[in-house]
Amino acid sequence: MGSTSPATEDPGAVPTGTPARGPSASGSIWKDAGRQLIRNPVFIVCSLIVLVVVSWALFPTLWTDKGKLECDININRTPPSWFPGTPPPGYDTDLDGYPLGTTTLGCDMYSQLIWGARPSIVVAVVVTALTALIGTTLGLWAGYYGGRVDTVISRVTDIFLGLPFLLGALLFLALLKSQSIWAVILVLVVLGWTQMARIVRGTALSLRDQDFVEAARAMGATNHRIILRHILPNALAPIIVLCTIYIGSFIAAEATLTFLGVGLKPPEVSWGITIAQGQAFAVAGFPHLLVFPCTVLVVTVLSFILMGDALRDALDPKGR
Amino acid sequence: MSDSDILSAGPVPEPADSKAIASLHFDPTAPLLDVQELRVDFHTHEGVAHAVNGVSFTLEAGRTLGILGESGCGKSVTAQAIMGILDSPPARVVGGRVLLSGVDLLTLNEDDRRQVRANRIGMVFQDALSALNPVFKVGWQLGELFRKRLGYSRTQARHEAVRLLDLVGIPAAAQRVDDYPHQFSGGMRQRVMIAMALALDPDVIIADEPTTALDVTVQAQIMKLLADLQAERNMGLILITHDIGVVADVADDICVMYAGREVEKADVYSIYDKPAHPYTQALLESIPRVDMKGKQLASIQGLPPNLTQMPPGCAFHPRCRFARQRCRDDTPPLYTVSPGRLSACHFFQEVLDT
Repeated sequence: MGSTSPATEDPGAVPTGTPARGPSASGSIWKDAGRQLIRNPVFIVCSLIVLVVVSWALFPTLWTDKGKLECDININRTPPSWFPGTPPPGYDTDLDGYPLGTTTLGCDMYSQLIWGARPSIVVAVVVTALTALIGTTLGLWAGYYGGRVDTVISRVTDIFLGLPFLLGALLFLALLKSQSIWAVILVLVVLGWTQMARIVRGTALSLRDQDFVEAARAMGATNHRIILRHILPNALAPIIVLCTIYIGSFIAAEATLTFLGVGLKPPEVSWGITIAQGQAFAVAGFPHLLVFPCTVLVVTVLSFILMGDALRDALDPKGR
Repeated sequence: MSDSDILSAGPVPEPADSKAIASLHFDPTAPLLDVQELRVDFHTHEGVAHAVNGVSFTLEAGRTLGILGESGCGKSVTAQAIMGILDSPPARVVGGRVLLSGVDLLTLNEDDRRQVRANRIGMVFQDALSALNPVFKVGWQLGELFRKRLGYSRTQARHEAVRLLDLVGIPAAAQRVDDYPHQFSGGMRQRVMIAMALALDPDVIIADEPTTALDVTVQAQIMKLLADLQAERNMGLILITHDIGVVADVADDICVMYAGREVEKADVYSIYDKPAHPYTQALLESIPRVDMKGKQLASIQGLPPNLTQMPPGCAFHPRCRFARQRCRDDTPPLYTVSPGRLSACHFFQEVLDT
């Protein structure tokens, strides 16, 4: 204790301290987080569910051999035989090959849910990625540089934050006169990035005054490097939590807009459309029209949120 | 000072920074660090606060300068101004020169200035827990300097990190290199901080209250470590502290600051023997001593002045027991008490004689 070790000062000597593990072990926070995550059962279950839903979106034909629009109106609204309750008279419950019954238009509920995953997942993931990118970039700039940069970014954020979400989305989509998936994505990004920018700005603002940022500056780090390697990694936890909430809420937002008739439209298939079509009949003796798509929606949203929670815990080195 | 000892381990790639630094024409015969009439203002809502008000000192290689003073007297701001890491706004360097081996750092562009940091001047912060990035392993943070500033590979940078941790006396450095800052004890963390300041073998180390967050036994170890490393590498060390006991053992020269000005400068022996400024005298009297057990501890009445509303004349006069009319009217210059010894008090002779 207290003494320096002259052994390491020999000129030309190989460093005496041989690394115990390879240099790869000194890598980034992500490797440690990964090790932590594979031991977390909640994360495993949730990520499996997310993987399944994502594979529905990517490769629907792996999961069903029925086509997207392969429907027979003659067998519409049929609940599956195992479903509790008796359907109104005149509806057959003994359909073969329809494990979840049929939808309002007589399509196979199971394949409709699989086909419907794609728009929901694409909207949610793309919108979340874009809002995270825009919000994080603007938030980091505003929070780190402060001054005029902050004023401009914050005022623009405030303006967009002032737009009521549903009204704004309805208005934009009505004006765009397009009901494609890209129109929905555009509208959700435009209205969605503000919260991310605000939270990242606040985090960056508090991190900027931390000693380790000053220390990094004293070590000669550039602004760019301080933002990317010192502020961003410490701001990741709130960003990730917000992203998972975003994914859930954007899946729901897509369903909401679709339900209100300004989002996606048939013949497109999505969970929102299935719910919109089913809700009229759900209380009229066909609860399965709502139960199945809503369950899929809720489980998916929940999985994303729990996954994000686990990820946040794993990324916090103090949690280990 | 040569760079060879720190770069000796393993194959050495051409330091990425050497060119930019070489262009600065450091003069090895000039004083290592020469601060002249440094002034820093803070622009606040209450007005302009003169945080540093014409501070001058010289630091030679192998010497230790202790900067002493109460909180808010401009010690840390001086250090930050030398490093060039003041938050501006609100802070602004409004005058003076900071000559590092003859090169005025204040006139350099931001890029050259950045190259000087860590390469030439290293800094040790007060609270190592908050000065280390909590989400990265200490080895990675140490290695970052070598990877980014000298272009080392990951493996080389890791070797250097282990070597440095070993150098500052961290047991089992090869294992601890993969620990996070919060997994270290306070003293060990401060050692990591010192290792980081030493990494690029700077000529000057500024330690801003390096032991304030530590308990007394660890304080002594850290001070010894700093002194050993300094002697070994012939560095200049600036030790900023409010603890007059801490500097007594290690400092060669002492600079006492009050309200943004230096009030007394002397070598450590004469200042502890007979202070020539009432403020220094009062500071020395307020150290608890075993032989004074049971008696009331002397303290300095009042508070340091508000930097936006400085009292006229000598800034210390409202708290000074020697104060008289002249102190309220005239700002005392730095009188030469004896060769190499300065005091900003009109009545330094009287102070010396008490």
